[in-house]
Amino acid sequence: MNAPLEMIEVSLTVNGERVKRSVPARLNLADFLRNELELTGTHVGCEHGVCGACTVRVDGEIVRGCLMFAAQADGCKVDTIEGLSDTREIEELQSAFVLTNALQCGFCTPGVLMAAQALLRDEPNPSRERIREYLSGNYCRCTGYQAIVDAIEAVAKARAART
Amino acid sequence: MKAPRFAYARPASVAEALALLAEHKGDARVLAGGQSLVPMMNFRLAAPKVLVDINRIAALTGIKVTRNHIRIGALTRHVELERSADVARHLPLIAAAMPHIAHPAIRNRGTFGGSCALADPAAELPACAIALGAIFVVAGKKGERRIAAEDFFKGLYATALKAGELIAAAEFPLPKSGYASAFGELARRHGDYAMVGIAAHGSTQDGKFSDMRVVFFGVADRPQRAMQLERALDGRPAAAKTIEGALGELHADLSPRADFHGTAATKRHLAKVLAGRVLKTMQGVAA
Repeated sequence: MNAPLEMIEVSLTVNGERVKRSVPARLNLADFLRNELELTGTHVGCEHGVCGACTVRVDGEIVRGCLMFAAQADGCKVDTIEGLSDTREIEELQSAFVLTNALQCGFCTPGVLMAAQALLRDEPNPSRERIREYLSGNYCRCTGYQAIVDAIEAVAKARAART
Repeated sequence: MKAPRFAYARPASVAEALALLAEHKGDARVLAGGQSLVPMMNFRLAAPKVLVDINRIAALTGIKVTRNHIRIGALTRHVELERSADVARHLPLIAAAMPHIAHPAIRNRGTFGGSCALADPAAELPACAIALGAIFVVAGKKGERRIAAEDFFKGLYATALKAGELIAAAEFPLPKSGYASAFGELARRHGDYAMVGIAAHGSTQDGKFSDMRVVFFGVADRPQRAMQLERALDGRPAAAKTIEGALGELHADLSPRADFHGTAATKRHLAKVLAGRVLKTMQGVAA
C-alpha cells in the first residue's frame, strides 16, 4: 500500500500531449494547468466551485478545475479551452459568441464555452430554458446571459439546419 | 483560497482505505467526489492532514438491481444516477431529484456516498434515502454493518458513521406496486441549495394513501420526516382535498430556524406551499 505523500508524481494527457510532473498534493487542477503548463485560458474565479470559470474536461466530461486536485488527474485525459480552440471543436460557438456579443470582459467565457459544448454534444437541440438551466453553474457578471443564450441557440439551430 | 497542505493517498481497495483511515485516525478524511470537501478545504473550514482518495476503488462503484433491492455504490456519480435507466425505473424519486443537485460539472464528479456522508441539511439525496427506506452499508475494520437511513443522519453534518468507517453502498428496497413518489424544491437559482425541499414516497393504491413517508430538507439540521402530516394522509382518499386538509398538520412537524434564505415564518410558509404542490403530483392522486 502506498503511504500518503505531499508530493505526487502525475502522468496525464493534456490537449493530446503527454505531461509528467511532480506536484504538491494540494495543487488543484486549474492551478496546475495555469501555473505548471501555462495554459492560462482556464480561469480561476471563486475557488469553491460556484462560478464555473475553471471548467475543463476530464476524460470527456466537464468538471470544476478548482475542485479536483492535479494528483487526481493522474492517468486522465484533460482538455482545456486551448485544446478545444486549437482543434476547432468549438469554432462555431466562438464565432457565434463574437457575432452576438456574448462576452464583454471574457473572464467567464472559456468556462461557458466548455459547458456549452458539453450541452450541445449531449443535447443537440436544447430549448432556451434548457440552455439557461445547463449554464446555471457558470457565472457571467457582464452580459446578463441573454446574448450567451442567443449564441448557443444559434449554433444549435445552424447545426440542425445542416443535418 | 487554496487548500492547506495535506498528504495524499490513493488506495486501490476498501481494505487499503480502511487501513489508511485507521492508521491516520482523526487526521484523515475520505475524498470522494470532492465537490463539498474541497470547497471546505479551500475555505480552510476543513484541514485534514491526510486525504484518502477512494475514487479508484472499483468495488464502490455501480448500480445493481437484485431481486429485492437496488444497490447504489458509494462512488456512483450524480451523473450516473441521472442517466441510469434502472434508477429511472425503480427509484423515480431519485431520478426526479437529480436535476436539482448543483450543476452538470458538479454532478459529473459528486458522488452518492459523499453527499450522504457529508449530511448537508439542505441536500436532496439524504432526504430521498429516508423517504425510500434505504439501508446504508457501512464498511469498517470489523466488517460491514447496516444502518437504516432514518437512523443514519444525526444532525448538522453529522452521521452515524464512526471514525475509520466509510459508506460502501446503500440498498433501496424495490418499490411494491401501487407506490408512487414526488419530489420538489425551491431555490432562488437553479442548482442552488434548497430553501426548502420535499421528498415523498408511499402508496396510492385503491385510491387511498398508505405507508406515506414525507421528508423535508433545508428546514432543520437534518432531513425531517413530517410524521403528523403522514398520519393525516394515511388511510384517507388519495386526493387533493386530503392533502389540503393534512397541510394543517405541518406546523406540528416543522419548526424551521431562520437562515440566510429567510425567516422561520417564511420557511414554514414555503414548506406548506411546496408540500401542497408536490404531493398533488403523486401518481394516483385525484385532483
